Amino acid sequence: MKYKSQKVAYWAFALSMLLIILQITYGFIQAFAHLGYDGLHEWIPFNTSMAVHKNLLVVWILSGFMGAAYYIIPDEADHELVGVKWAYIQLAALAAVGVTAVIGFHFGWWEGRKFLEIPRELDFLVVIDVLLFLFLILATLWKGKQRTTTAMILSVGLLAAALLYLPGMIWFDNHALDSFFRWWVVHLWVEGVWELIMGGILAYLLIKLTGVDREVIEKWLYVIVGLTFLSGILGTGHHYYYTGAPSYWLIVGGIFSALEPLAFMAMALFALNMYNKGEKRHPNKMAVKWTLGTAIVSFAGAGLLGLAHTLPQVNLYTHGTLVTAMHGHLAFWGAYGMIVFAIITYIMPNVTGRKIYDSALGNYAFWLSLVGMLGMVASFGAMGVAQVTLERRLGLDFMTVQGELHSHFWVLIITASIFTIGILLYVWNFIKYGLPNDEAIGMEDKFEKI
Amino acid sequence: MLSKKQALLFFLGGTLLFSIIFIVMSIDTVTKGIPAHTHEENMTAEVIHGRVLWDENNCMGCHTLMGEGAYYAPELTKVYDRLGPDAMKAILMSKVPWAPHGRKMVAYGFSENDAKGIVAFLKWIGEIDLNGYPADPPLKNRLK
Repeated sequence: MKYKSQKVAYWAFALSMLLIILQITYGFIQAFAHLGYDGLHEWIPFNTSMAVHKNLLVVWILSGFMGAAYYIIPDEADHELVGVKWAYIQLAALAAVGVTAVIGFHFGWWEGRKFLEIPRELDFLVVIDVLLFLFLILATLWKGKQRTTTAMILSVGLLAAALLYLPGMIWFDNHALDSFFRWWVVHLWVEGVWELIMGGILAYLLIKLTGVDREVIEKWLYVIVGLTFLSGILGTGHHYYYTGAPSYWLIVGGIFSALEPLAFMAMALFALNMYNKGEKRHPNKMAVKWTLGTAIVSFAGAGLLGLAHTLPQVNLYTHGTLVTAMHGHLAFWGAYGMIVFAIITYIMPNVTGRKIYDSALGNYAFWLSLVGMLGMVASFGAMGVAQVTLERRLGLDFMTVQGELHSHFWVLIITASIFTIGILLYVWNFIKYGLPNDEAIGMEDKFEKI
Repeated sequence: MLSKKQALLFFLGGTLLFSIIFIVMSIDTVTKGIPAHTHEENMTAEVIHGRVLWDENNCMGCHTLMGEGAYYAPELTKVYDRLGPDAMKAILMSKVPWAPHGRKMVAYGFSENDAKGIVAFLKWIGEIDLNGYPADPPLKNRLK
């Protein structure tokens, strides 16, 4: 690392590691509840475990993005992070709000709105916290010696993500209107501005790991984020097919959401091309694996599995079934989980000074989590197809069909265990790096000639 | 070959154009489409009371409504037609967990008034024009 202040990133990542373990724990509670093992029902009913599982996901990914920004922005702007003390306060506050929200969910302190369950009072604290974060990032960029495209795209993405949180804070008496604006937040995050953040981090990693000229990488970054918005903004329409909005969304949402995989395909091709084009090899081989992994798995999960049920004719039967869970798991893991893991893998040796680049532990973490997740997605897919066929096409009763899915839920639990082992190994590897260290300053990574 | 500046213009131009289209469509949807499709004139105080309770108790943490929510418990868009108000009220007011096929619902023990609100809300939901959702099972009649 170049600057002492970049060490802040470590603490954001440590928070992500803690929260993903909690998220997975609640995922297991949910899976067992589906099988009838609901001994915790009185204390953790399903809607509580659901709210915890989804919100921890959002918080650990945002925490990962923040850590990435705290490291990348000083590096790109060539300037020490402004207000380092405030950055620690901001992260501690984020952790406090997140933990309070999760505890609150166990006592019915929430809003019944998928992904945005955090109660209104805490929403205001989230806003203040994010404003502080943005102020630190933008001030650093402002004072810096240079403003690179990568840093600008990353910052615009973070700023837009914060602004888009606001429509989710308005109360509507009409449930359909509430749903309409809920997707302004959730869809325009995950299929819009988060992709900007992902693209920014990916471009930074490719610049650092492949040695390809920055101008080339950043040119394609513009094309990718251009494709994202070209398809993703009107693609929001795929949430408006059957939720009380006019039927023109069926055509517009259908066409544009079918184009959404293009942005992810471009991202995958971009990463692979830059990797092949690069004439240098970075010694941090694990970071290269995660970087190419995120580009490819996001195309499969967010792109192709999204396409599988985005057309209105298909979605009429798959809407509100486990087919969505199939897409959701691989999309979030491939696009946002893996990009956070990629940037963590790249940054850890740089902030701690311990050059653990290509350990067996790191490799097992990568492959077990990937294979485990693919197995989970296959289980969800099998369940989704069975549910659609039996319930939506043949008209069997909901609970009768649920009984038919038990064996698939056992496969889900087995594959989720493989995924969990991968994650635990990753966290163990994270711990092995030790704490961030001032001695790591100036220890630049060297490329190896091929 | 595409220059960096052209790539930037593609990004800015496309984003601006599609944002404008999206906002114009959204204004139409919010001011005309949704009020008409949802029969906003039928949204009585009782319906809104039910809507508040739906939100406060995070019902979509287990159920889906208009296909949105979690997949642990049945879809409720047409529940009013399926069960009728009396059975719905009984489930909502039950002091022990309602557990068909062993899968438990939280025992909310709602008051008569609250239960009526939720029933009114779900009745109102059932009358929304959802562009054909939920579809009738196309293969139902093929089963012997």
